[in-house]
Order: sequence, then C-alpha cells, then structure tokens
Amino acid sequence: MGMTLAEKILAAHCGRDRVSPGELVNARVDFVMANDVTAPIAIREFQKLGVERIFDPQRVAFIPSHFIPNKDIQSAENAKFMREFAIAQGAVYFEQGRAGVDHVLLPDGGWVLPGDVVVGADSHTCTYGALGCFATGMGSTDIACAMATGDIWMRVPPTIKFVYHGKLSRWVGGKDIIIYTIGDIGVDGALYCAMEFHGEALAELGMEGRFTISNMAIEAGGKAGLMVPDDKTLAYVRARAKRDWKVYQPDPDAAYQEVREYDLSALEPMVALPSSPANAMPLSKAPRVDIDQVFIGSCTNGRLADLRLAAEVIKGRQVHSRVRCIVIPASHEVYLQALREGLLETFAEAGCAVATTTCGPCLGGYMGILAEGERCVSTSNRNFPGRMGHVRSEVYLANPAVAAASAVVGKLAGPEEVLG
Amino acid sequence: MSLRGHVYKYGANVDTDAIIPARYLNVNDAQELAQHCMEDIDAGFAGNVQAGDVMVATTNFGCGSSREHAPLCIKAAGVSCVIAKSFARIFYRNSINIGLPILECDEAVDGTDAGDELEIDLESGAIRNLTKGTAFQAKPYPEFMLELMRAGGLVEYTRRRLAAKTG
Repeated sequence: MGMTLAEKILAAHCGRDRVSPGELVNARVDFVMANDVTAPIAIREFQKLGVERIFDPQRVAFIPSHFIPNKDIQSAENAKFMREFAIAQGAVYFEQGRAGVDHVLLPDGGWVLPGDVVVGADSHTCTYGALGCFATGMGSTDIACAMATGDIWMRVPPTIKFVYHGKLSRWVGGKDIIIYTIGDIGVDGALYCAMEFHGEALAELGMEGRFTISNMAIEAGGKAGLMVPDDKTLAYVRARAKRDWKVYQPDPDAAYQEVREYDLSALEPMVALPSSPANAMPLSKAPRVDIDQVFIGSCTNGRLADLRLAAEVIKGRQVHSRVRCIVIPASHEVYLQALREGLLETFAEAGCAVATTTCGPCLGGYMGILAEGERCVSTSNRNFPGRMGHVRSEVYLANPAVAAASAVVGKLAGPEEVLG
Repeated sequence: MSLRGHVYKYGANVDTDAIIPARYLNVNDAQELAQHCMEDIDAGFAGNVQAGDVMVATTNFGCGSSREHAPLCIKAAGVSCVIAKSFARIFYRNSINIGLPILECDEAVDGTDAGDELEIDLESGAIRNLTKGTAFQAKPYPEFMLELMRAGGLVEYTRRRLAAKTG
C-alpha cells in the first residue's frame, strides 16, 4: 500500500521509508513561525530550555501581525519583547511597513516551500499546504521547543481525500469551495486528519484561491490541508523561493481514510451564517439581512486576487450610507501592488476605509470591533459567537465579491445584483 | 494522582474565543486571564469555580485558534481536569504541554450533569461520579504522552533531551 502526500512528507522528515497513520514520529522541521500574540509565551518557554540560540535563524520567523500597529500599551510591550528577541537571535523578522498577515507574508516571500514540514504558533499555519507542504498550527510551547531543537513530535494523521470536479461559475472561488466542504463534513469532520485536495476545479484556481481552501482546513478540525504542486505552484514558487525545495506526490495506491468527490459545476457563492463555519448556505437561500459592517482582508481573503475581485464589484459605486466597509490588504506587498493597480483608490472613492496590514478585525482584536447586535459580512475564516466583537454580534463569512456587493446594497447580497 | 471536584458542563464545539476572547490576548498573566475564562458563554464561571472543579463537554472542545492562553486560563482558574468526547487537536497538545489534565470518555460525558461531584484517577483514567454512584473508564494516554506528563510537560522533557544531547 502506498502513502498519501502527508505521509510521504512526514516519512522523509523522520528518515523513514514509510509511516502509517497513528504512529508517533519525531519530524525535522523546515520552518517555524510565531506572531505577536503567540511569540511572547513561546519565547518565555524557550528561555527555560537551557539553550541560547534558536536552531537556525533563517528558518524561524517572528511576525508582528495581530495587534499591529500596536493597539495599546500591553500590545506594544509584547511586540517589543518579540522584536528584541528576534533581532538578538538574527531570526527572520519583518517590521511594520514591510510585514503582513503571517500566512500571506511567508508564502509570498518564498520562506515556506513545497515538501516542507512547517509548524507555526497560529492555527491558520495550515494555509501553506496549498504549496504541497505539511504545515500545521500548534501552541506556543510546542513552537518554543521546535525553535530550539528543529524538530517536533507528531502523530501521523489519517488522510481524507477531497476531489472537486466540474467548472466553477463566475464569482465562485476557493472560499465557496471550502465553506461548502465544511458545511458538508462539519467543524470536526476532519478532526486530527490531513485533508488532501484534488480535482480539475482546483486546477483551474490560481494560487490565491488555493491558499484560501488550505487556510480553512482547521475550520473542519484538520491538522493540515495539502495540495499536489502543479505548474501554477511551481511558477509561483520559482519566482520567490529562498532555498531549495522538493515536490512530493501521493502514491496512486495510497490508503485514504475516506474519499469524498464533489461536482461543483452548479455551486453558487456560499455564505457561512452565524455562528459556525459549518453553517453553510448558498447565497441565494441565505436571509437578506441588513448589515452594519463589511471586512475585506485576512489570511483567508486579503490577497491581491481577492482585492481585484472586490474592486471589480465596487468600482464606480458607493458603500451603503449605513455601512462601514473596512479593506485591509493582507501584506505590505499586497498593499503596494493594490496601490499601483489603482485598487485602493477604487475602494477609497467608494467610501471604504482602507487600512494598513493587520489581522485586527478578523479576531476581534481591533480596527473594526462589532457592537451588540451588529452584523458583519467578512471574508475571514471564523464566525464563532463574539469572534469579531460583542458576543451578540453576528458574522457572515463570504467571498470578496459577495462582501463588496453586500457593502453596496447594505444587505447580504451577490455581485450580480450590483453589476446588473 | 486523584482529583476531586464539581462539574461545569458544556456542549459541542466550545471554541477558543469562548474560552478566552481575543480581546484579552495581549495579557500574558494566567491568573489575570483566568478572571475572563468562559465569560462570553458562562458569565458566572470565573466567579464561582472552585479549585479542583472539572469541565465536562461533548465533542471538539477547544476548537479554533492555537492560543495557549485557552488551556492556561482554564488551569489557572482552578480546573483540575477537562473531560470531553473529543478535543480539537491543537488544544489537546497545548493542554498536555502545559500540564492541564484532559481525558476523553464518551460515557462519563453522557452520564454526568452540571454540579455532580467527580473523582478522577489520572494515571488509570478511572472516573467516579460520586453524586450518582457510577464509574467510567477514560481512553488511556499513549505511552509517549504519559512520558511527557511524568516529565512535567514538554518544556522539561525537551530541556532534558537537549541537556543529554550537549552532554
């Protein structure tokens, strides 16, 4: 019996010919990351380990992203503590004005690559799986130890294979595919499992849409969300890789825990209604509720392709007078490119509030907190009660075109309604 | 080690935003975090919980973010053990790593109500419901996890490993 993509990568990282689901292995890690929320705890734990240096400064990154630019004194102290450690260690570090949301910044910078094992102190570390690597989120203590040793214990997960057939309709992309999938299997439908994504519908997507899918593997409980690299992946990687990489393929006779096949040719834009990412519904069947806020950004949908899509819908129109539309490019590089393409001007002219990069509103950190009873259409990844503010506020997860259309209409709405 | 306390019971998919909302994530002090533990879904919890009390929940407890603040604040609140039908995997790792005991046991979850008094033997996984006079057996820990727990958590385990390597 052959191995899945996750098993192939893990076997190669523990010096074994093969590994099987359920086995505990000690895997070498190619890259480790933490951010301004998780690094302070990780660094304090690191300092208890009795070592002076991180295992490899070019393979450990510290990213100011969540409460950055500093939202208050405590956040500033955390950011300072992380910065001083990162600089003293000579680790990979990006200051504000060059930084970005972790999971946009690291792949775009060529720091995480196909075939890697990546561990990050952030649950959306699984985003990088779209490159054909095994990337998984962990807590600060695990990351502290990985920073010191360059390895990590893991239980080899069983793999569920998802195959997406059909040609996607206009305005349907990675966000809709993954919300549809989570709606089908539930928020623990892939608990402890690797998700391996395949199919011709996936092949049609650009890298941005693929990152969106892998990003939300954790929303189904998944440990990782992997894709097999193709020509698009390799073109993306070649343009930015900081070091060598290796492409792994699953064996044709790999043993999957389950194979799920979907025909997506009739898939509409999807919305995850409050208060679970699994509360999935086609937009046409979703209630046309009045909204107070729209957020376009995050590690899920704050990339250039996402901003282009939203700008296409909102160009020449105005955000509804009752609504605030907050647009946050997910990295400084994305911000700069969106500026050059005129996208930021389009958003500003439409009455959007365009801000510098931060995770801020996605996790109810700052820069767009919801009051009691308020509703937000968000391109982010979670809509648990209180996720973006008051526990009795509501978050509707959607793709960037739906978010932009909703900002114009003032209700949950689709792009065709706006474009006519 | 034997633990004893009263039950706080929750449902499925208790997420990390419910355990400790992100508005407190710039706080690193576990005792301060504990004052806000569960506040959005159980406002009385932090004020009422007694040292030794037990959290019981159904499936996918601790889903969502990787924040270690979640098990840290549960532990600092005085909770001696969390029993669930299943845990989200990052929460599971974090709990073992920081020394918050967690057990998986379907029958104990189904057979326990809020306020019941439980007695738990961690090494064997034996759970007794003293209020109802019933007994349950949790899934055993894999040997490696026991090794981690005996060492006092991942940091101490790794410190010893590194010390042995550099000799």
